[in-house]
Amino acid sequence: MNFELSQDHKVLQETVRDFVNKEIKPIAMKIDEDHMIPDALVRKMGDMGFLGSYLPEEYGGAGLDMLSYAIVIEEVSKACGSSGVLISAHTSLASGPIDTFGTEEQKKKWLPALNTGDKIGCILLTEPDAGSDAGAITTSYKKEGDEYIVNGAKIFITNGGYLGTGVLFATHDKSLKHKGVSAFIVDLQSPGVVVLKHENKMGIRGTYTTAFALDDVRIPAANLLGQEGQGFKIAMDTLNGGRIGIASQALGIAEGAFERALAYSKERKQFGKTISELQAIQFKLADMYARIETSKLMTYKAAWMKDAHLNYTLESAMCKMLASEAATYVTKEAVQIHGGYGFICDYEVERMYRDAKITEIYEGTNEVQRVVISKLLLA
Amino acid sequence: MHLELTEEQKLIQDTARDFARAELEPVAAELDQSDDRAPMLANLKKLAELGFMGLNIKGEYGGSEAEVIAFSVAMTEISRACASTAVTVSVNNMVAEVIQSVGSEEQCTAYIPKICSGEYSAAGFALTETGAGSDPAGMCTQAVDDGDSWVLNGSKIFISSAPYAGVFVAWAVTDREAPKGKGISCFLVEAGTKGLIIGKEEKKMGQHASATNEVLFADCRLPKSALMGKLNDGFRIAVGELTGGRIGIGSLGLGVGLAAMDYATRYVTERSQFGQKISNFQAIQWMIADGYTDLEAARLLLMNAAYRKEFGKSFAKEASMAKMFATEAANQACYKALQMLGGYGYTRDFPVERYARDARITAIYEGTNEIQRLIISREILRNLN
Repeated sequence: MNFELSQDHKVLQETVRDFVNKEIKPIAMKIDEDHMIPDALVRKMGDMGFLGSYLPEEYGGAGLDMLSYAIVIEEVSKACGSSGVLISAHTSLASGPIDTFGTEEQKKKWLPALNTGDKIGCILLTEPDAGSDAGAITTSYKKEGDEYIVNGAKIFITNGGYLGTGVLFATHDKSLKHKGVSAFIVDLQSPGVVVLKHENKMGIRGTYTTAFALDDVRIPAANLLGQEGQGFKIAMDTLNGGRIGIASQALGIAEGAFERALAYSKERKQFGKTISELQAIQFKLADMYARIETSKLMTYKAAWMKDAHLNYTLESAMCKMLASEAATYVTKEAVQIHGGYGFICDYEVERMYRDAKITEIYEGTNEVQRVVISKLLLA
Repeated sequence: MHLELTEEQKLIQDTARDFARAELEPVAAELDQSDDRAPMLANLKKLAELGFMGLNIKGEYGGSEAEVIAFSVAMTEISRACASTAVTVSVNNMVAEVIQSVGSEEQCTAYIPKICSGEYSAAGFALTETGAGSDPAGMCTQAVDDGDSWVLNGSKIFISSAPYAGVFVAWAVTDREAPKGKGISCFLVEAGTKGLIIGKEEKKMGQHASATNEVLFADCRLPKSALMGKLNDGFRIAVGELTGGRIGIGSLGLGVGLAAMDYATRYVTERSQFGQKISNFQAIQWMIADGYTDLEAARLLLMNAAYRKEFGKSFAKEASMAKMFATEAANQACYKALQMLGGYGYTRDFPVERYARDARITAIYEGTNEIQRLIISREILRNLN
């Protein structure tokens, strides 16, 4: 048993940390205010390899492992939760399934541009009436010659606004429920892909969360991902890995908020001493730190298990649930430690509190995680 | 990073689990409800024979040299069956370790083999006093240098295993003028020493088979060789050893929590209400998901603390976090498990109410969880400077 990061992972962590401190931390507040991650930053993250961390080098990826991916998202999210989820959704929800289920031709065609960030990836799964119940999607496809024609609507698409490369789920017969679902790779600049709106959100405001109408979108038959009818399995496998990304994002947000609360508690004086000398604050710090540490251990363990080709479904659900609930708890306490200042937008914990909330909801609500966990334990 | 147990650690875990199921579990309920602790003492001897009393002790003193991770997993398996037996094993290991780490060669040779072999049923850790609980430096028990001997006077409370301990490590003030915590020394006191009086046994909420007694020193005369470690260095020794003990108690808490969740999870797959198994209800599924997730998180914290101790890294903060988190997760797991059994959970026909009572003390002894939080925050704030 060895809990230490390898030398390679430590070097990566330092590299990402330096980049984040220089390029992201100074503009994190502006990203939130502008509802926009600057294209230049996305480009730089691509150049650094952050957008293809665990993808194979032969397709332009960085060739690292899942633990590296977790570390990248964690470090980025310490400064900016929006940038963290951009990487997570892009990598595990678009490049990931193409790499896992795609043919050699598909990988060669789609992955290089995703890995450099020339195209930003997203997953088009959620619909107005198919959230936690992903098998209930109604977006339909039918085959016509060597094309599939897709019609329907997709909502809450993280990174959708970049109109890059999507992994799209649609059914050829909704009465078959999840058995009728297939997955496709779709170029979001195709005719018939209509942006209905970009959502205005409580947090992670730097990311696009886009609603699409799909109106007779023609997808070449060569873009079918896996087999017809295999879509639900692809979706579940994809979300499984994606949970490690969101757990890492939540972990990073919690760590970022903790760092700021800790520093603040050492500076702020009341009753003639720094508030860090009061047990009420000390106990908050202890509880926050312990929750962060459990999240980190569980997230790294899930990543390590995926890298070791062990079954990690239980661990990925647990790490997502633990880390996201730790993040909302830690950011809440970080605001509390800041007192009235914590409610003011000049202090970063205000943003982090808002950013943390979504981690309990997306990539499978925590209620769905609990279903996954208890099903596995009762099986 | 590599998070699997070694083959040797797995073997120790399996051995502990098999023994716990075969020997400890069948007598655990009886031990809880009767005053006869003979079955536990017999099992302690067998556990010693299997090498569980000196897991982190050198072979030359009769230990198993299995180290800290193995100790943690063994503690968890033992406490899944019987927390009273487990706490005795934990304290025995801790006493053996404190002697090994600060005792002289003569002291190590004289006492550790007897703890490891089971010749002593148990060993005692006599630190706490009525006025010195979370604040052990506030102790009053005194040791006076009387030429060729030390004379101890005072009283200790809440001493585990006292009636059947073969030896105690005991702390007493040796320099009353010294600043707080700087005038305390550590002694080895054999059972049967004149002036060592085992006082009343406490009636407790749980962990009934593990005796908890007052221990009195009334002009208790010890040879000069009974001083362990340096004079006036006792407080540092006590605090240091409690740090390792926290891994044991956290692991014990984890075991009790797992026992409760395991029992309740089996129960809900059998119990029907509203025409279906209650495991079909999300209200029940949630308890299972939350209970096991927190216990799994606790296990990782414990493994990390044990790993750090085993590999010579700092582990005070990690051990405190693991102890605090694991014991609170265990209490919550017991609460959930009892709820899952409904009214049956409250009866003594089912083991869950015992688990719930046994778990409660883990958030209190070996440093209350409030003390753990102080340690954790102190370490964090110190590292910021």
